[in-house]
Amino acid sequence: MSSSLPPRPFPAGPIASVTGTAVVVRGDDIDTDRIIPARFLKCVTFEGLAEGAFADDRTELAGAHAFDQAEHQGATLLLVNRNFGCGSSREHAPQALMRWGIRAVVGESFAEIFYGNCLALGLPCLTAGHDAMRALQEAALAAPTAPLCLTLAEATLEGYGQRWPLVLPAGPLQMLTTGQWDATGQLLSHHAELSRTLAALPYANGFH
Amino acid sequence: MCLGCGDTVSAGTLYDKVWDLHRVAELPGGSTQLFIGLHLIHEVTSPQAFAALRDLGLGVRHPERTVATVDHIVPTTSQARPFADPLAEEMLATLERNCAEHGITLHGLGSGRQGIVHVIAPELGLTQPGMTVACGDSHTSTHGAFGAIAFGIGTSQVRDVLASQSLAMNKLKVRRILVEGRLQPGVFAKDLVLHIIRSLGVKGGVGYAYEFAGSCIEALSMEERMTLCNMAIEGGARCGYVNPDATTFAYIQGRPFAPEGTAWDRAVAWWSSLASGADAVFDDEVVFEAGTIAPTVTWGITPGQGIGVDESVPSLADTPVDERPLAEEAYRYMDLQPGMPIAGVPVDVCFIGSCINGRLSDLQAAAAVARGRQVAPGLKAFVVPGSEQVAAAAEAEGLDAVFTAAGFEWREPGCSMCLAMNPDRLEGRQISASSSNRNFKGRQGSASGRTLLMSPAMVAAAAVTGRVSDVRDLLALVPLQVPVG
Repeated sequence: MSSSLPPRPFPAGPIASVTGTAVVVRGDDIDTDRIIPARFLKCVTFEGLAEGAFADDRTELAGAHAFDQAEHQGATLLLVNRNFGCGSSREHAPQALMRWGIRAVVGESFAEIFYGNCLALGLPCLTAGHDAMRALQEAALAAPTAPLCLTLAEATLEGYGQRWPLVLPAGPLQMLTTGQWDATGQLLSHHAELSRTLAALPYANGFH
Repeated sequence: MCLGCGDTVSAGTLYDKVWDLHRVAELPGGSTQLFIGLHLIHEVTSPQAFAALRDLGLGVRHPERTVATVDHIVPTTSQARPFADPLAEEMLATLERNCAEHGITLHGLGSGRQGIVHVIAPELGLTQPGMTVACGDSHTSTHGAFGAIAFGIGTSQVRDVLASQSLAMNKLKVRRILVEGRLQPGVFAKDLVLHIIRSLGVKGGVGYAYEFAGSCIEALSMEERMTLCNMAIEGGARCGYVNPDATTFAYIQGRPFAPEGTAWDRAVAWWSSLASGADAVFDDEVVFEAGTIAPTVTWGITPGQGIGVDESVPSLADTPVDERPLAEEAYRYMDLQPGMPIAGVPVDVCFIGSCINGRLSDLQAAAAVARGRQVAPGLKAFVVPGSEQVAAAAEAEGLDAVFTAAGFEWREPGCSMCLAMNPDRLEGRQISASSSNRNFKGRQGSASGRTLLMSPAMVAAAAVTGRVSDVRDLLALVPLQVPVG
């Protein structure tokens, strides 16, 4: 279990690459209720969410879930399929994955709110086409402990004897590699612009 | 009302116009800093945001633009404090403390204004056309019914809105969904949105805002429009909206936070100008015919796995190749076989409520079915009003008595068994007929529990017959003819 491993520090500042091994969770439309069931949301901090990651799926599979297998303990890369993270906006989902140890997700596509939550935490989400993703998952399943290196600037994953081209749009790429993925500071720096915008909103000014 | 009295509609889509009004700055990385006009918070996704503010030494920039309530964790039997569940009590106490510390209005239990966040903001007149609305809850899309741009956010973004009243956002494309004609009797906005998601898929809306338009939409009440926009997110669209019109204005007028006097007239003129113009260019357009839609029920584990109540669970052969693995998973999980008619499937629990279908008109539609009938033996059925105001209005017209006489339990307001963060939950393999919006595996509090989504009237029909039933039969309506083949 991941709980026996020391917690991995959360990212801070620029993120150039993610290294480590991969864990595969297959299936389209995996929603955030499955990533972290609602009962784990009964908390006022995000600490301790690692045990909730895929909790019901893990119970259903009685030890056979990838997150419970010995060779995947300590994995940093999560390989998924289409529309991963759909449903509830709960940030507890990427928080649970990160507290389990995940530091990057590669999949065919992501739900928007989940993607934004990941970006705000410095958890890169990259995409690959359907066939490439299947091949990558097959390679990962065949060599579960093979070391990988994901380089954000080039959007490539090196491992399993080849270089896998991925997609990371320019905006998130810039935010992650320059350390500006945490937007709070930027938003606060536009004090005057915020005041100007508010002053021009009819509903905030008696509809004048 | 005002479109016909000289007010002008400016060019572009409503989405473009509202976006431009709220644009603060362009950010490195290409996203836009967007001002948030109305920020709604609740006890589940806000505590860590306030803690982060504290860690960063930041305050709340506009406490008057954030409004709080408590909904997800509240019990619906006894709401006496402290709650029996210490974790639930801690979450509410934390929200109370955070709101008091930062000067944020909290509509708490017993205030007369408490309820599900997406029910109370509209009924208080807080939600208005032309606003940007954000909340740490994906069903914030509900508020788009008023011609607002409304979307769900995560907790880091809740922190950002508290600190700066703004968010880093990327502009969406706009798909116009035109729905023409009229829904048949016994067919509701819930059926319409389940039908749309069934057709366009749960990821069809990713990257889009959905503009709902056409003669069917124009004829919908505000509560029906809220039902429709609520599930935009289940189709992958982060927000959905309806252009504001006379129906919108009539709903808002006179509510506690609605503009008054001459400000009201100026508001209506401005709101009217925001509607998408005749020249508006959409990135995509899809057309539906309302009259052909039947009461719709989900059979699977995503809101897109829906069928008409007169249809059968689709076979693999009738399922697109790339959706077959999910269909096979759904057959196993739901224990429903391909080819089996959905009508007649026995249910164990019936739940009427939630942010999509917990409003007065929803309870009226369900009560019309329950009136003079009895909940089937051995079946648990309960009604959870969406807010204290909904509960009071329903009780004033005797709906609580109709439900309790029929054997339903009448509960206190909250999110309840939509996501089962309170004591209301499925047990083991129980299967529910539910007026909520998500049928994900484990959603209703049991890791193996099963959910069939449908309209409140259909849930009432299931409650009194003990199985999935076509509500049109109970309303003595003639089922519409569906072409064979």
